[in-house]
Amino acid sequence: MAPKLTVTRREFVKDAGGLLIGFSLADSAVLPRVLAAASPETVAAPSPGRLDSWLRIDKEGLVHVFTGKPEIGMGVGTAYAQIVAEELDVPLDHVQLVMGDTASTANQGGVGGSTSIMLGAKPLRNAAANARFLLTQMASRRLGVPADQLEVKEGVFRVKGDATKSVSYADLAGGGDLNDALKVSGDGFGLNVEGPGKPKDPSTYTIVGKPAPRVDLPPKILGHFKYVTDVRVPGMLHGRVVRPSGVGATFVSMDETSAKAIPGFVKTVVKANFVGVVAENEWAAIQAAKALKVTWTQPKQAFPEQMDLYAYMRSAPVKASKETLKRGDAAAALSNAAKKVEASYEFPFQSHATMGPGCAVADVHADGITTVWSGGQKPHELQKGFAELLRVPIDTVRVVWVEDAGSYGRPGFEDAAADAVLLSEAAGKPVRVQWMREDMTAWGTKGPAVLCDLSAAIDAQGEATAVQFTSRAFSGGETHFRPGDAGNYLGAQLTGIPNTTGVDEFAQWGVEAPPYAFQNVHAMAHVIPAFYDSASPLRTTHLRDPEGPATSFAVESFIDEIAAATGADPIEFRLKHLEDARAKAVLTAAAQKAGWDTRPSPKKAAAGGDVATGRGIGLSTRNGTYVGTVAEVQVNRKTGAVRVTRFVCAHDCGLIINPEALRTTIEANLIQSLGRGLKEEVTFDRSNVTSVDWVTYPVARASDVPDRVEVVLINHPELPSSGAGEPSSRATAAAIANAIFDATGARVRQAPLTPARVKTALDAVRSA
Amino acid sequence: MSAASLKVNGRVHHVDVDPKCPLLYVLRDNLELNNPRFGCGVGQCGACTVLVDNRAVRSCQWIVANAIGKEIVTLEGVETAGKPHPVQAAFIAEQTFQCGYCLNGWVMTTKALLDKNPSPSDAEMRNAFESLVCRCGSHVGIFAAVRRASQSAKRSA
Repeated sequence: MAPKLTVTRREFVKDAGGLLIGFSLADSAVLPRVLAAASPETVAAPSPGRLDSWLRIDKEGLVHVFTGKPEIGMGVGTAYAQIVAEELDVPLDHVQLVMGDTASTANQGGVGGSTSIMLGAKPLRNAAANARFLLTQMASRRLGVPADQLEVKEGVFRVKGDATKSVSYADLAGGGDLNDALKVSGDGFGLNVEGPGKPKDPSTYTIVGKPAPRVDLPPKILGHFKYVTDVRVPGMLHGRVVRPSGVGATFVSMDETSAKAIPGFVKTVVKANFVGVVAENEWAAIQAAKALKVTWTQPKQAFPEQMDLYAYMRSAPVKASKETLKRGDAAAALSNAAKKVEASYEFPFQSHATMGPGCAVADVHADGITTVWSGGQKPHELQKGFAELLRVPIDTVRVVWVEDAGSYGRPGFEDAAADAVLLSEAAGKPVRVQWMREDMTAWGTKGPAVLCDLSAAIDAQGEATAVQFTSRAFSGGETHFRPGDAGNYLGAQLTGIPNTTGVDEFAQWGVEAPPYAFQNVHAMAHVIPAFYDSASPLRTTHLRDPEGPATSFAVESFIDEIAAATGADPIEFRLKHLEDARAKAVLTAAAQKAGWDTRPSPKKAAAGGDVATGRGIGLSTRNGTYVGTVAEVQVNRKTGAVRVTRFVCAHDCGLIINPEALRTTIEANLIQSLGRGLKEEVTFDRSNVTSVDWVTYPVARASDVPDRVEVVLINHPELPSSGAGEPSSRATAAAIANAIFDATGARVRQAPLTPARVKTALDAVRSA
Repeated sequence: MSAASLKVNGRVHHVDVDPKCPLLYVLRDNLELNNPRFGCGVGQCGACTVLVDNRAVRSCQWIVANAIGKEIVTLEGVETAGKPHPVQAAFIAEQTFQCGYCLNGWVMTTKALLDKNPSPSDAEMRNAFESLVCRCGSHVGIFAAVRRASQSAKRSA
């Protein structure tokens, strides 16, 4: 038996010994009640059309919520608890969540696209509202008064004006099923359920919108929390993988002598080019993987020299194209322009470089139930993909999500889990795989490199009349961000299963960067082919805000360049060319909080001193969320070193659920994206990624953290919530680049903004 | 393999391990102490930090033989009598961290820092933390928690 990390819905029912309670709905003609059928002990996901698939109330009155959405470190679990507690009027700590276990939670598509609140909370809110509706009917019957004479506080119904008459949720429904039918719409991220119970009017909220301490933080900080790295299954072995000597290298032979000499060594596993070792303990597995001598064929020279990356991208064939914005005739306006501004921006491959390099435990039983514990963001997709990988029916595979390190997309936790599946299948025992650092940083998936060319027309009156944008980028989905196919996983590709899952995903102005309302606009996006079609260490997928930071770096830098060319203040210029009131509002709020010095950039050079200071703005508009970020920087003119001294970030994501967790999420996004803007760049040679650790792939460290980080939250209770997990990552690099320009007049158009690149730009200004 | 006695969180444990095995794997796999975490295995991130004789060290870089006879404290051993250590209380109060995978390193390093220097300057704090990684970027909350813990250390001094 596996250790119990979570109580599943069915186990819960069993433990509670509850009676199945049914209830006729008022409008049962519309929503025929589904009689509870004896549920077979399979591992199939529960039907979303039943209320009890989402929510149950136990004998103690605790509300158990079942969601296919995992927590990935931003506090969404606490927000869900707030939403459910609000609808049911129970204390926040009465809500307990089961997240991402495919056997007990509905398939909500997993986590992605900053949609966990925007879309993922809807069915939870509606399920809670319908539970409230049913409980109210039950209480009305039990207490013999009409529903409108009841009030609820902390899970107890009372008759208005008669304190003697009360009944609790636990008394009414404790241990039983609220097994009414719900109307299901959509699927994946868009899965929703509705019934006769309607959610509260947001203006009456008392729990949602108030700061709530994150439920996961005390156990984590006190050391009681269990991550996926801490899953231990009886009889579990430890596995490590041995990757090819480079892209396209194939297995020739191996010498196991040294590996076999390691105490605890169990076996090597070779399936085509997938090589791994299994041992009784972790240290033995690590040593055996190191000791195993594998001979590989020469790797392919599939990558260009790193210094030639952008030249390569410019000349590479185009695989797919998309027009993302078109208004007026930009080409004509450009050919008639009194003045033109032209610039190109380059953004490198970046790594998820997760804090924990990826870990999973797999217990494969070809003839029975296979269980995989993984921290991947999309457990139901993994269930599908692993069933295909093992060639077994999907209902025999259970993926139990257990939190891993922050994932920021599809980092390779999925690949690590597939490695565990392959090794467990071969070993006939449960196998835990934790990747080594280089397995993640070098062989994990990457965010794509993006190249953007922009040009603007300025007329005789000094007005910007047209902007043209062309991106050439690797796809944001060479490895599909929904890991639901066997060919999606690195290990599977090494065994010879082709990656047929890739999609063309573009770097789009208008989607990944704000659509300014110039008279004439034309934006084209091109995808260029992957360097190598299978098992490449430079394969791309979603990394926090796919293409957003890259496209915004280009567009938000270029908007500043046009502002400078027309002698306008960067914020005033933006306000003039924006139509959306909420976009304008975040700019104004950020400017006000920052004490923005309204004037054109660059700043007039201050006399003397090696250190110049400046301020820059970046705007992000993403799927209903608006972010204005002001960066203040110090630039060392001698060394090119940049230090961000202050961030001010104004953030509007509609209705705020938990302002405290939102603020810390934004702060973290700002610091992470500061690192991406100033330091992060995947390095590679002709056959390998050479970023293998925290030295060769540097991220933000303590010395990089600004002295002041200020977040301005703009709440719109009248609007639905939109996403907040990613948008504040988007415009940071541009805000910093704009501040560097403001300080020095030097424009750096290649990210990250390293001292060497800033120095080169400074030298160019000096010699101009 | 050889028998070794390790004193961890005040208790002596007898383990049979390869003396060259890094302390990290012995703590995790033999003693099932989960908080020293594998982040890089090369001493660059601090996720595996433990206190050895009150000094914050990287357990992925310490072979177990060198830990024999020393007082080892992990995050599990920082709480006393079910009460959070003031450093833990400060991190909880500041709602620090996103995923929290790295927090073992930050909490243990903060404890070691404040035990030696209860009122670190901003520069001293950044310097003590420069060798730690928080990939999520929770540094703003971390710094706030350290200042809060420093205040409470001063109050109780």
